[in-house]
Amino acid sequence: MIKNLKPHTKQNIITFLGLAVVWIVVTVLRSQGALGRSTLGLLVPICCYVVMAISLNLTVGIMGELSLGHAGFMGIGAFTGIVVSQSLMRVTSSVPLRLLAAMLVGALFAGIFGFLIGIPVLRLRGDYLAIVTLAFGEIIKELITCLLVGVDENGLHMIFNYKGLKNVEDLNLSEAGQVIIKGAQGATGTQTIATFNAGMLLIFVTLFIILHTIYSRTGRAIMAIRDNRIAAESVGIDITKHKMIAFVMSAAMAGSAGALYGLNYSNLVAAKFDFNTSILVLVFVVLGGLGNMRGSIIAAVLLYVLPEALRGMHDYRMLIYAVILIVVMLTTNSPAAKNFFGRFRFGKKGGAEE
Amino acid sequence: MEFLSYLISGISLGSVYAIIALGYTMVYGIAKMLNFAHGDVIMIGGYISFCGMMYMGLNGWLALVLAMAVCTVLGIIVEGLAYRPLRQATSLAVLITAIGVSYFLQNSALLIWGATPKVYQPLIPLTNDAGTPNALRLFDGSLSISYISLLTMAACIIIMVGLTLFTANSKMGKAMRACSEDKDAARLMGINVNTTISVTFAIGSALAAVAGVLLCSFNPTLMPTTGSMPGIRAFTAAVFGGIGSIPGAFLGGLLIGVIEAMAKAYISTQLANSVVFAVLIVVLLVRPAGLLGKYVPEKV
Repeated sequence: MIKNLKPHTKQNIITFLGLAVVWIVVTVLRSQGALGRSTLGLLVPICCYVVMAISLNLTVGIMGELSLGHAGFMGIGAFTGIVVSQSLMRVTSSVPLRLLAAMLVGALFAGIFGFLIGIPVLRLRGDYLAIVTLAFGEIIKELITCLLVGVDENGLHMIFNYKGLKNVEDLNLSEAGQVIIKGAQGATGTQTIATFNAGMLLIFVTLFIILHTIYSRTGRAIMAIRDNRIAAESVGIDITKHKMIAFVMSAAMAGSAGALYGLNYSNLVAAKFDFNTSILVLVFVVLGGLGNMRGSIIAAVLLYVLPEALRGMHDYRMLIYAVILIVVMLTTNSPAAKNFFGRFRFGKKGGAEE
Repeated sequence: MEFLSYLISGISLGSVYAIIALGYTMVYGIAKMLNFAHGDVIMIGGYISFCGMMYMGLNGWLALVLAMAVCTVLGIIVEGLAYRPLRQATSLAVLITAIGVSYFLQNSALLIWGATPKVYQPLIPLTNDAGTPNALRLFDGSLSISYISLLTMAACIIIMVGLTLFTANSKMGKAMRACSEDKDAARLMGINVNTTISVTFAIGSALAAVAGVLLCSFNPTLMPTTGSMPGIRAFTAAVFGGIGSIPGAFLGGLLIGVIEAMAKAYISTQLANSVVFAVLIVVLLVRPAGLLGKYVPEKV
């Protein structure tokens, strides 16, 4: 039966099986107490960054447009997720339900922003599109920094403190009220309810949706636009619509990853979701291989763990990280290095890039 | 009068952005790559001139020359080692390598000079020995322009005019324009493309060193991350004016500086960046190739 499957279906099954194996292995190791505190602390962020990487790969790899503001969507997801989770504390005590609601609302808000941002952004091309996504990422970060949000029994209280003159007292919260977001100090006192299982579940769901889309009619249309926009347009593909689908999906998934990420820390500032975080995720995507979801997952895990693993090297770790990054890019992309390594691979099958 | 002084501080800050953006735009025009490490060359330039003044006892101007020399060599080395092997690679691969170079420079600076900010000695001290500000006073002293601002504006105009004349008239400048239009055709005409690109990087890095010294004269704290935000601003400025165009980078830098100063003064200090970026977005929607950029229609 397996022989009759399409090659890409086989590959996808391998990816999902691999993920399931990792999930089981980590769960067993955790129950045996074999993982240290620092490793346990890395599990949820790794899941978030894996989701970030595969969602950005949809924009960069499948749609073929460079986005430098992906962390902005993560930030929207994180802060809406925190607000939802903290507000629901008064309604329900069920943690999984709050986590699910936070991720869904985070995805919804990030998706709405993705749509609004997509209207101007997707008219541009190439480096101009890249700079505008960068601009939106920075704008989102600064807008969140100006927010004051609190909740009490009357509902949500919100102030947009753009002059920097107001403080939490201006929210007029009642005695039982709680401040959720304190402007530049970010979200404080968040109940950390994110779990590794939720993270793995999120990876499975997003990966399934993305792979399903890629191999559908929509996905083929998106890739056709990437490969040749004019040819795609001439066979009747609606460019704006398909680009928008990919962009909004990508934003929504980043939002849900952000919600999970936000609920993993009791204190979180908006400055976390800056240009550098967008670049970090972009590095995962490019090193993992454009359009290759499995590559993104592996690269996200390895590169997120690498600086932690190098912690013993103290000040040298980011330097080593930088050198590894440059060397990997040079060896995988320069023609001279390709020839050099090509000599050792006689029986190798041609890769996807040939 | 208040408005004028905001305007002048915006123009002088914008002049620094413009100098950085000129380097950015030259490299982009020829190598067609976003050189994210450009901001960190500014920081290296700042540190070198700082060391020149503190440890070698040079005066500010000699330290500036030293910083320019070191950054020029650095630019050529970085181009030769990291970017040249990727000439045929996709632009994303080059972008990620540039990010790697940026991390490398930042962390090298962190190792060499440490994370504690250095207090930079401005090229022209803000006050003279008697304690009065070193500034040009106009309208009976109600408007004062510091000499360092005047120097920055003058440097910016000289560099812009110099680069325009250089690319228009000199042999190397013509080679640069040829390379930016069509590398293969340029090679067939006997232009050494690699040398041309190296020279471009050298010029860009020397300008970054000048910008570093001027930037630190305005804002006298020097850290390994000093260059990254001005780098991004200058990148925005270059795109704003039309990336690849020298007068465009000049105009873009000045406008970004003025908009930033005005936003800080009249709208909100917290949202100054957002206002700058929002204006950029609007400009790109109306003129997708930037203010002075050439819009090239697609051939089918």
